[in-house]
Amino acid sequence: MVRAAGAPMSRAALLVLADGRFPAGGHAHSGGAEAAVKAGRVTSAATLEEFCRGRLHTVGRVAAALAAAAALGIDPAELDAAADARTPSPALRATARRLGRQLLRAARACWPSPELDALAAAFPKGAHQPVVLGLTARSAGLGPEDAAHCAAYESVGGPTTATVRLLSLDPFEATAVLARLAPELDAVVEAAVAAARRAVLDGTDALPAASGPLLEIGAEGHAAWPVRLFAS
Amino acid sequence: MHLDHTHTGPGAVSADAHRPDGTRRALRIGLGGPVGSGKTATVAALCRALRTELSLAVVTNDIYTREDADFLLREAVLPPERIAAVETGACPHTAIRDDISANLEAVEDLEDAVGPLDLILVESGGDNLTATFSKGLVDAQIFVIDVAGGDDIPRKGGPGVTTADLLVVNKTDLAPHVGSDLARMAADAKAQRAELPVVFQSLRGEAGVTEVAAWVRGKLGAWRA
Repeated sequence: MVRAAGAPMSRAALLVLADGRFPAGGHAHSGGAEAAVKAGRVTSAATLEEFCRGRLHTVGRVAAALAAAAALGIDPAELDAAADARTPSPALRATARRLGRQLLRAARACWPSPELDALAAAFPKGAHQPVVLGLTARSAGLGPEDAAHCAAYESVGGPTTATVRLLSLDPFEATAVLARLAPELDAVVEAAVAAARRAVLDGTDALPAASGPLLEIGAEGHAAWPVRLFAS
Repeated sequence: MHLDHTHTGPGAVSADAHRPDGTRRALRIGLGGPVGSGKTATVAALCRALRTELSLAVVTNDIYTREDADFLLREAVLPPERIAAVETGACPHTAIRDDISANLEAVEDLEDAVGPLDLILVESGGDNLTATFSKGLVDAQIFVIDVAGGDDIPRKGGPGVTTADLLVVNKTDLAPHVGSDLARMAADAKAQRAELPVVFQSLRGEAGVTEVAAWVRGKLGAWRA
């Protein structure tokens, strides 16, 4: 399968897509941080770093590979099924679809393309967010590395912002956590893109299937809380 | 690019006046304002005043999960399927202004599920004086303050007080008890807002939400024209 993209390659488009202010609904989600804070597992910048490292190497790695695969042009429906199979928690599957639908709206406004329209028609209630992210990158003229970087960064950036709000954590310390994780993030992206390229030839079983059981369990509990700050 | 852009899926553009099937969508009115000023009580009163003549739905934006939606359900102002709650991740103003995607989904889902609707009221979570709704989400907005929150709020201004299509000064019955000067509030509001309307109301009084309901009817008439 050969990559055929929409717009010409643009580094600036990556900045637009990766911007935390990109209006795709992420601000209302903590990536499991709210449950981890309540459980006493995240209490400081140091424990936030461990939490983010865990996310990066599990759900971050899977999301990065799915996004890269979508950017390479693998059938989004197949990737969506692969994402379902890699997300045991029903609450997290619902969240991923809701965020995918929200991202798709922003993506179609920013980089309209027949592929995004087809995805919206096929998944009116939303496809998994990393799949939409990869197809969005593709429509923006970005490559699989770009898509994977966005997905991997979101997997740690979202919980970090949320933890600043939840614990009133020093924002400089919190952002330094992300900076320290950057080399690991690059390595995760490299592996994810390699897996996505294998999936082009060998099918979606070549994509990684790492998961964090505590994230899944925490998400199920969190979804049932009567009072919470974040939607997930 | 836009020429071959088929509108087969859910709407790509938020402020489109028409739904994907070509019918005109409901008028959307936002209600914002500080915590405790009476936004939810005003929404409840509007529902009671308008529900026999209009097909209505409400979206709430709570800071903590679904408190306001639950209040409206308990008060039984509308059937439960006409009330949707959006969670805002500790940032209620973001959900109505900077990233409106969750709210747009809520209004569109309501129209799909119980439509056609004439009017959707979108209530923000209690916030500060700078909170305003995006034009991509609502067609008009009401900013609700109250006399007990300090009678200097109209003088202080801010985007909500200054630019909202309607400013509601609520709980006027409390003015004598909290030492608020209604005449001064009216003069300050006039200075900030020029010709934009201001309503002083007490939901405990006989008139209740009548004036605000009349303003909403006026907006709906203009929307349909």
